[in-house]
Amino acid sequence: MTGNSAKSLILPFAVLAAFEVWARATHLQSDSLAPPSEIVMALFGAFADLSILAATRDTLFSAFAGLAIGTIIGLALGIAFGIFDTLNRLMEVTVEAIRPIPSIALLPIALIALGFGYRMEIVIVAFACVWPILILSRAAVRSIEPRLMEVARALRLPPAQRVWKIIIPAALPRIFVAFRLSAGIALIVAVTVEIAINPLGLGAGIMLAQQALRPDLMLAYLVWIGAIGYALNVLLVVAQNRLFGRAALSGDGA
Amino acid sequence: MASAAKRLEAVPGMPAPQIAFDGVTLVLGGKTIIENLSLGVRPGEFLCIVGASGCGKTTALRLAAGLYQPTNGKVNFDGQPMGEPRREIAIVFQDYGKALLPWRTAAGNVSLALEAGGMPSAERPARIEELLRTVGLPGHAGKYPSEMSGGMQQRLQIARCLAQEPKTLLMDEPFGALDAMTRQGLQDEVLSLVAASGATVIFVTHDLDEAIYLGDRVIGLLPHPGRIGIELSVNLPRPRDQLSTREHPEFLRLRRQLFDFIKATEQ
Repeated sequence: MTGNSAKSLILPFAVLAAFEVWARATHLQSDSLAPPSEIVMALFGAFADLSILAATRDTLFSAFAGLAIGTIIGLALGIAFGIFDTLNRLMEVTVEAIRPIPSIALLPIALIALGFGYRMEIVIVAFACVWPILILSRAAVRSIEPRLMEVARALRLPPAQRVWKIIIPAALPRIFVAFRLSAGIALIVAVTVEIAINPLGLGAGIMLAQQALRPDLMLAYLVWIGAIGYALNVLLVVAQNRLFGRAALSGDGA
Repeated sequence: MASAAKRLEAVPGMPAPQIAFDGVTLVLGGKTIIENLSLGVRPGEFLCIVGASGCGKTTALRLAAGLYQPTNGKVNFDGQPMGEPRREIAIVFQDYGKALLPWRTAAGNVSLALEAGGMPSAERPARIEELLRTVGLPGHAGKYPSEMSGGMQQRLQIARCLAQEPKTLLMDEPFGALDAMTRQGLQDEVLSLVAASGATVIFVTHDLDEAIYLGDRVIGLLPHPGRIGIELSVNLPRPRDQLSTREHPEFLRLRRQLFDFIKATEQ
């Protein structure tokens, strides 16, 4: 395991080293590229003056708030659509008509309605997060082992307990996968909104660095966003294995 | 054809049937699965249903559970229309692996039935322990179904059914997926559990020996559509014993009769 992951690091580090050597040898002058050493220095600088930390806080606040709202709405709709087939058929055209709209296309409307700032960004992130959660939780509810629903009927579990004690736990491992997917989307959309228009967070940081002709700082932001995305995914994978290791083994495998 | 139910009622002093099928026909997807089935099960009786695969024995059990509603005819429980499933009727499914909640421990799975019955949480642990002990799973309360053998999982499902305190226990080939030794052990345990609780049992199986060994009465169904083809009273002494009961001349006679019947239906 450690041997393998060490080996998998050899190539990227070799490429970086070669790039560093080449940039120094040619005295690279560019508005879009910077040698790795300068990127690292710029990253340290941004940490030292706390600018990148404030930007991270703003971006993550918007991304997580939007993710939370989108998850709650998507989950409620997905579970309801999964249980009530009639409701699902009634809403299917509506859902399929709204879903393909790129969330970023809502930006002009959201800007007029809500102005710059957190609220507008949160609404767009939430919109983007609703769909994967809705679609996957609906599928998860529909694919629950029918025998479990019969057990619920035979035991005469009241409807609320059926949802809470059978449907949600049975669908949870797959819902969590949808949540992981949406967490990634939330970060992408939040940064995109910031790059496009919102003067907040990491996206705005990239734009500022670009306009200041600081490719090293711009790329430092990029590296940092990548690190955040990576860390977020690792965190969620660990949580997933912790929470559903057993369920994933006995449920999906069978 | 004016069969079991009427005959039972005619016997003086015989109690009214707890479960009564009256001319039940079930059509699913344009196909007649069960046709004009009439049958009564007395309180405390152990009825076994056998038949070739596809004869509708599982379907009959699901009708008795209220999981299916008859297309024609009536299913009555204690003289009242069956309608939806009831607390007094518990069903043990063959596929224990699918019927248990994989995210709950053994105790949690038993608890589900108690929660459904509205038992206060303070009273549950003692009852759960008692039930797990009854089915021979003391000390396994904290295990998940995936950590248990097939036989243990089926015991757990039986414990969950007993938690309903059922008047009727419906069992759908409950030991079909278990090895022979486990199966025999569980047969005897089910017999003693049933004897202790006085529950009525409808037991579906494809194992003819098992049907005779367990039952007070064995019904053989004919396929396409499912209907009663043979009905045998089993007058073997209780408690039954894996060796002496199976060597009893009456056991062998019934076994011969039932095998001949099944053979004939398969042609």
